[in-house]
This record gives sequence, C-alpha cells and structure tokens, in this order.
Amino acid sequence: MEELDTEPPVTVVPGADPARTQLCFEWGGEPRGPSCVFVVRRDQDIYMETLRKLFNESHGIFVGLQRCEEERAVRARNAQLIQVSKNYRSVIRACMEDMHQAAISARDSALHSQYSIQVSILSAMELIWNLCEILFVEAAPAGPLLLRLLDWVQLHICDVDNMVREVLSSENPSKHKLFWNVVDIFVLQGRMDEARHLLSKEAIANPTSMNMYKILDDLMKKMPVPSVGNTQTLTEMELKWQHWHEECQRYLQDGTFASSSHMESICKILLGDENAILEKKELMTTWYHFLVTRLLYSHPTVKPMELRFYAQSSMDMFLGEESSPEPLDTILMAAFEFELHQVIKECSVALSNWWFVAHLTDLLDHCKLLQSHNLYFGSNMREFLLLEYASGLFSHHSLWQLGVDYFDHCPEYGRVYLELHIERIPLNTEQKALKVLRICEQRQMHEQVRSICKIMAMKALRNNRLGSALSWSIRAKDAAFATLISDRFLKDYCERGRFSDLDLIDNLGPSMLLSDRLTFLGKYREFHRLYGEKRFSEAARLLLMLMTAHIAPCSFWMTLLTDALPLLEQKEVRMLNNHADGLSTKGVQFLLVLLF
Amino acid sequence: MRAGTPDWPCLPARTAALAAAPSAVPRRSPSPRSQSGGAWQRREPCGAMEEVCARFVSQKISKARWRPLPVAALQPPDVFATGSWDNEDNRISIWSVGDVGSAGLNGEYQGEPQLLCDIRHNGDVMDMQFLDQERIVVASSTGSVTVFRHHQNSQTLSASHRWENAHCHADQYTACGGAACTGVICNNPEIVTVGEDGRINLFRADQKDAVRTIDNADSSTLHAVTFLRTTEVLTVNSIGQLKVWDFRQQRNEPAQIFSLTGERVPLHCVDRHPNQQHIVATGGQDGMLSIWDIRQGTMPVSLLNAHEAEMWEVHFHPSNPDHLFTCSEDGSLWHWDTSTDVSEKPSFLHQGGRSTAYFSHSTINQSVVSAWLSNDPTKDRMEITNLIPNQTLSVNTLDVLGPCLVYGTDAEAIYVNRQLFA
Repeated sequence: MEELDTEPPVTVVPGADPARTQLCFEWGGEPRGPSCVFVVRRDQDIYMETLRKLFNESHGIFVGLQRCEEERAVRARNAQLIQVSKNYRSVIRACMEDMHQAAISARDSALHSQYSIQVSILSAMELIWNLCEILFVEAAPAGPLLLRLLDWVQLHICDVDNMVREVLSSENPSKHKLFWNVVDIFVLQGRMDEARHLLSKEAIANPTSMNMYKILDDLMKKMPVPSVGNTQTLTEMELKWQHWHEECQRYLQDGTFASSSHMESICKILLGDENAILEKKELMTTWYHFLVTRLLYSHPTVKPMELRFYAQSSMDMFLGEESSPEPLDTILMAAFEFELHQVIKECSVALSNWWFVAHLTDLLDHCKLLQSHNLYFGSNMREFLLLEYASGLFSHHSLWQLGVDYFDHCPEYGRVYLELHIERIPLNTEQKALKVLRICEQRQMHEQVRSICKIMAMKALRNNRLGSALSWSIRAKDAAFATLISDRFLKDYCERGRFSDLDLIDNLGPSMLLSDRLTFLGKYREFHRLYGEKRFSEAARLLLMLMTAHIAPCSFWMTLLTDALPLLEQKEVRMLNNHADGLSTKGVQFLLVLLF
Repeated sequence: MRAGTPDWPCLPARTAALAAAPSAVPRRSPSPRSQSGGAWQRREPCGAMEEVCARFVSQKISKARWRPLPVAALQPPDVFATGSWDNEDNRISIWSVGDVGSAGLNGEYQGEPQLLCDIRHNGDVMDMQFLDQERIVVASSTGSVTVFRHHQNSQTLSASHRWENAHCHADQYTACGGAACTGVICNNPEIVTVGEDGRINLFRADQKDAVRTIDNADSSTLHAVTFLRTTEVLTVNSIGQLKVWDFRQQRNEPAQIFSLTGERVPLHCVDRHPNQQHIVATGGQDGMLSIWDIRQGTMPVSLLNAHEAEMWEVHFHPSNPDHLFTCSEDGSLWHWDTSTDVSEKPSFLHQGGRSTAYFSHSTINQSVVSAWLSNDPTKDRMEITNLIPNQTLSVNTLDVLGPCLVYGTDAEAIYVNRQLFA
C-alpha cells in the first residue's frame, strides 16, 4: 500500500478560541490565564449506543470463527465460512434496523440526521460485504455467479418494494401510472414470474394485446437461466440461450410488438440492447444494477474473471460524462476487478472506523485469500487492521473487554499491545480490578499481575484496610508487600499495646508462610493467645522458638525479651530448666546472658 | 516449607494441622474427565436454545433480578430489573418478557425482553435487590445506597430515597473517600448493606439514618451478604471467611467465624438454602463452590472445584432447592441438580397418583439434605449442566424464580429462559 501524501485533516474543536491561545501546553511556570480542559475524542463512532450492539455481536462471531476447528473437506469449510459471512451480514442488518428505529424516534433533527447517515453507511457496508461474500468467500463460478449477483441487486434496491406494493394494492393495477415501471423493474431484475403475473393483468384488461402478450409471456417463460445444481453444463446453457436469443430477435424484427412501445422495449431488454436498458436508468438507480442486468441479458454465463471488463464499461456508460465515481463506486469496482487489497484500502480510507475492514480482512484471511506479504513494519495486513480496531476499542471506557480477544488472535504483536493497554485501564472498583487481573493471569502476564496487585494493595493500605491489602499481596505472591503489612501491624501493636484486626491475624492459615515477617506476626499473636489462656509452657516454648528462629525484626527483640520476663516467674517454665532439653537450656542461658 | 524456616517440632496441635495437611475436607472436581464411575454427569446443552431469548442492550450487565411474585400468584414471573456497570452513564432498567411464541405488534418475536423504563444511576451497580413489588434497592460503587420506585401506571422509575455515604473510607490524609458498596440484601422493611470499607449497615426503608452500623466489622472487603434468620446475617470477605452477625447483640463482633481450609481464597457470593437454614453455599475466587453446615464445625462440608475463574453468584432455587445455579467470570453458567431420579424409588411408590407425588416429594427433600451435605461422592447423583454453549465473556449475574432464569453478561447481552425445567 503506498502512503497517502496528503496533509492530515484539520479538526476543529468547538468552543476553543485560537485568539486566547487556549489549546497549548505549559511546562510549569505561571498559567497565562483562565484555562479550560477540552475533552477531544477520536473514534466518535464507538460511543454510539446502537453501534455497540454491532461490536458485541460481531465479537462473538469473530471469536467463534477463530475457535472453530478447521474442517478437512474444502466444501464443508467453504460452507462454514459462508455461514460466518452471513452471520456478520445479519448483524449489520439488525444494527441497521435498530438505527433506523432510532432515527424515526429521534426528536432532535441533528440526531435524526446523524442516525440517518449511519443507516446509509451501514447499508453501504452490507452491500460491499455481500459482494465480497459472493466473489471471494463463496467464489461463485460462472453460472451460479449470475444468480448470486441477481439476488444481491434485488436485496439492495429497496425502492422497488414500495412501488410494487403501491401498484398491487391499487384496485386496477394495470391502469396505475407506475404499472409499466414495475413490470420493467421486474424484467430488469430477472424476476420473470412476477413480471408475467403483472402482464397477465394487463392482458385481461386489454384484450386487443392478447396476441402480443402471449408471445412475450412465452418468451419470458422459456428464458434459460443458470441452474443452481449441476443439472446442466455451461455449454448446454449457452446453446439454449443462443437459440432463445435468436427467437427473440426474430419476433422483434417481425414487428410483433410494434403496436405497444412498452412491450417492445421489454423485448429489446430481453435481447440485451444496452440503449434500451439505459433508458430505464432512473429505475435502476445504480451502475451495478445496470451491470447485472446487462450480464443477465447478454452474457449470462459470465466468468468471474471477465467481470472487470463489463463492470468498467457499465460504470462508464451509466455515469456518462456528468458524474464522477463516488467512494462506494470505486470500492465496488475494485471488488469486481478482484483487487482484494485495493478493496480493503479503499474501505479503510472511506469509513470512519476499523470495524468493517478488520472483520472482513480476517474472514478473507481465513479463506486463505490474502497473500501473506508483510507490511514494512513486520506484521501482515490482517494483524495490522485487528490491532488498530482493538486499540480503538481500548480507548472506550467499556468496550475494552472485547479488545482483549482481538489482541489474543494477533500472533505477532497482540501480546505486546495487550500488555501495554491493559496497564492503563482505570481500576475504580475492586471488582473491575479482579476482572483485569483474571485476564492477565490467564495469559501469564506476571508483570502486569504484580503491578495491578501492588496498586490495589497500596490503595487498601492507604485506606487502612489491612485485610484487603494482605489478600491482594497473597494473590500476587508478593512477599515484600506482606512484610510491609506485617510491619504495619507490629507498629500498631507497639504503639497501642494490642493487636488490631484480630480476625485477620488469628486466621492467616497457610498464607502465613508468604513472608517471614508475616509468619512472625502470626506466631507472635499465637504466643499472646497461649499466654492469655494460661498455657505457659507452650507459650514459653513458642517464645524461645521465635527468638532462636531469627525471623523477628531487630526492633522487636526488646519486646520479646520483656515478654519473657513474666514467663520466667511461672512455675512450669522453671520446670523446663530441669529437662534435659538442649534447646530450652540454651535458650534460658541466652536470655540470662542478655538480661545481665 | 521455604529454605531457612526451621521445623516446628512442638507446635500446638491446631497450627500443626494447618501447616501440614492441605485440606481435611475432600475436594471434588465435577467433570467427566476425572470421574470414571459415572456418579457425575455433565451435559452440554443440546437443542435447548430455542427457549432462551437473547437481547443485546449496549451496556454491560452487572445485576439482573426478577421482580418477586405476589404470594398467591400462579403465573411465572414476567418482569425483571437490570443494572449496568463500567459505563459513563450507568442505568437501572426494567424489562418485561411477554408470552412465548406470540408475535408482537411489529411482528417481532415477543419472547425478547422489552424495555419498560430506565433511569440513570450514579456509579456502577454493584448489587440490587427488590424490596417489594415496587421498590428496588441498589448498591453503588460510589458508596451510596438508593431505593428506586417503579411506578407501574406511568412506567417510570424514580429515586425514592438515598443513603449517600453509606460506605466510605476514613482516610487519614484526605477527607472521607467513597468506598464501593458491594452487597445488599432486603427483608422488607430492613435493608442490610456491606462494602469495601468493611462496614455493615442496617437500614430501614423509611428511616433517614442507619438503624445500626458496625464499623470496621472486617479488615478486608466484604463481598456479599445474605440473611440467615430475621436478625442474623451472613457475610463473606476477601480473606476466605464466612461470618455470622447477630444484630440482637450489642457488641460489634461476629457471632461465629467460619473459614476455608488451606489457602484463604476470597469468597464472592453466598446463599442460604431456602428450607434448611443451616445449609449455606459460597462461591470463591478460584471458582470453587463450598457447602457449609453452620450448625457444626468451622470448615466447609464439601468443596467442589467448579469454574475456572471467579464465581460471581450462587443461588439455590427458591422453590426447588435441590437445584443450584452458579455463574462465573469464565463465561459459564452451571445448573447443579441433585434431585434424585424418581425411577430409582422402590416400586410401591409408583402406584396411585397423588400419594406418589407426596411421598416422592418428602423423600426428595430428605435426600436433598444428604445430597448437599454428603461427603461421599459415589452415593449421590448430581447432574451438572453448563447452560451456555458458546462462552465468551463473563456471566456476571443470574436470578431464578419459578421456571424462569435470567442472566446477564459482559458481552452486553441479557438472556431469559422461561422453560427451565421443561
């Protein structure tokens, strides 16, 4: 992809007055005047509520696609991918309908126009996606290709349905002013049965044209169409079509339809006369409709690779000299030319967020259609687009959780991006911190786990929630922090003469072993309890162990010794001296040496 | 033991037990891979998805609760409330689920939940409970507790009462900072709340100030609260302790403390058996489901290795308590079914109509007691079903009432299943 050599677009920040130099930054020093903070947001789209459904539902489809096992058989795999593509499209359509409802119910005109613009953007996206599905995912061969393209056109020109409804619901359809328009559009879209049905009404109303009608009806009935199954080969179909075409030609040249201009133009359309088709420009409204009609009536067995020629000429003929192609037209043209990279590039430029290109490229990559040539900074196009999209999600206060899964499926840079982004998520509540922590733990991001636990533990410590602080340091297996907390407890004890938060210290359990200081704290409290229960011999033994085990902090030695004094007066403790217990004798000697 | 720490040859008995044995209570892992005998059966959902209606709602759902039914009601519940989190603009919403199968006016599938009304909420919705048919109590991450009233005639919500600083940190250096209120439970007109500040508050719905406040009830975060009896509550905290508090006592100490054996894994949710008041279930940060018998001992009766990540909510079914539901951060929702198969009963119970029903019901109740409290995995049969086929993001909340289940996820979707036992 060559770089676009243009100036970046200028974004105007409403409310900022350039004369007052409000948009600037200062490195310390005195502020120049009253300062305001402007919140400038990129990626405005992700904040639209209706679009959030699109992001969430497509996330589910994306994750499902990455996880589903690859089918061995090519055909099954193809069917699977087509189903995924259809799912994406149905999600776009659902979002479009919601947006449409929102547009209708919006009372503010600015909001209404915003929603309407979004509806048209979504509709364009679905149009492009549908075409890509036909040409790339399904890779329809000559024959079925035309049928798919006909469906595509029928699905996306919606004005027809309104017109049809109007005509059919009137009392005398054949006298309706739009009657011939409807018949024409049916013929242009290859909807022969419906056209014939309407024509029969005309024939009943106008018996003089019965002959002409019968012949036309017959021609329309006999028109060969490519079959969906494999019941006929392309050559057979071409032969049949050739015969039929010649028959139509004969009827036209004989002047059979001379008395009815409408029927004559229909016959010309059937013969694929480009001028006749072009006369119905307003009905078709778009050049791609013109293209498909042209193909239907002149080259029904068109091969995929031949599409580009017809597409280019159709666009030129339809648009003529007055209008230049719009972005949508260039994208569709690139698709007809099978230039995948061009399609993706044009879509990236035309659309305001990365959602569409990221998901489409991922799907095409699964179809093994993208060559894996690397972009100049190393990762390939699919990964680049997914990274951009997911980074955009991370800038949203809530959609960051979706971004995690996208990063997971970017093999080269996904992990690094995730590590950097996840540290910057604001942790307002403990529950949110737990969720972020779980994400990090599942991916073995130990640095981030430690850092998050430390942040939460510090917060808890500052709020004097020592139990919470301890539970965070246990989660991170952070011995240093556990030592810090124990020191806090011991300091409290020295100052107040008693322990706070006994429910915590009494119930430390195996987490006591996390750090020496914590073990000391737990055992020291144990000593106090034993003393309180008057189990002096056990208390004395524990105290000796605490002294000889070298886990007491130096500041605490004096306290330990002071605690030893009353014990020495107890009868049971003096009995200890008489035991041939090497440890206790040594301990007592040690004490005596220190005291004197 | 780490290098450098000495042996403790003469430790008092209790600490020796703690340091030596990993757990006196056997841990069971209900999963088909570890069990060969077939005592555990785990079913994946198969074709049952037509009963579940999903709706994407553009907000991450933190809590969903069914509106309670009037006492003599026969029909299933049809209205539920949800609360969102992690939004700049969080909302409390009330939804209605119509009759399954009938098409609405627009032709849309009527089973989908329809929004009745919503209202802005300041801060994340941490917990939510219906006080009665019209009022909902909501706990916020800003530390306030709000009572909302749902006006059914006009279909609007309004804030009827708020306790602004129900939970806050008494910071040494700055002014009182807000601490999240993490759990709320109601027993009309009493409301009990717990929070990250380790405080327990007892409110009455009509009174401005708290009736009773236990400051610094816990040195760690209290994650959830539930009523044990009318004057006693159970709380769970982030150092793996289950505490019983009796409001009749004047001292600010728990009446009883239970703790997990082994690692002090934080507990996130708690629920009491609806009929047998001594059976309590808790869910932990490691996804472990613990069943406690609070009449005896200080350790859980059974530990079940269930989910792979935090278990956010555990609920006994209020009218069929041999069914338990748990949901987790790993995206799964498990239905635990200990109701024994009727066909295993002796044959004489199959004769007659009503008498069969009577017998089997009472024997089921008895076997339920032993099922939840039993220590022997080979004797009881428990069926565990994961109700979610394609798990992606966390299931934050669930609620069951009658035959209906509602659950909400971080994928911004609400799911309703109105034929739970079909």
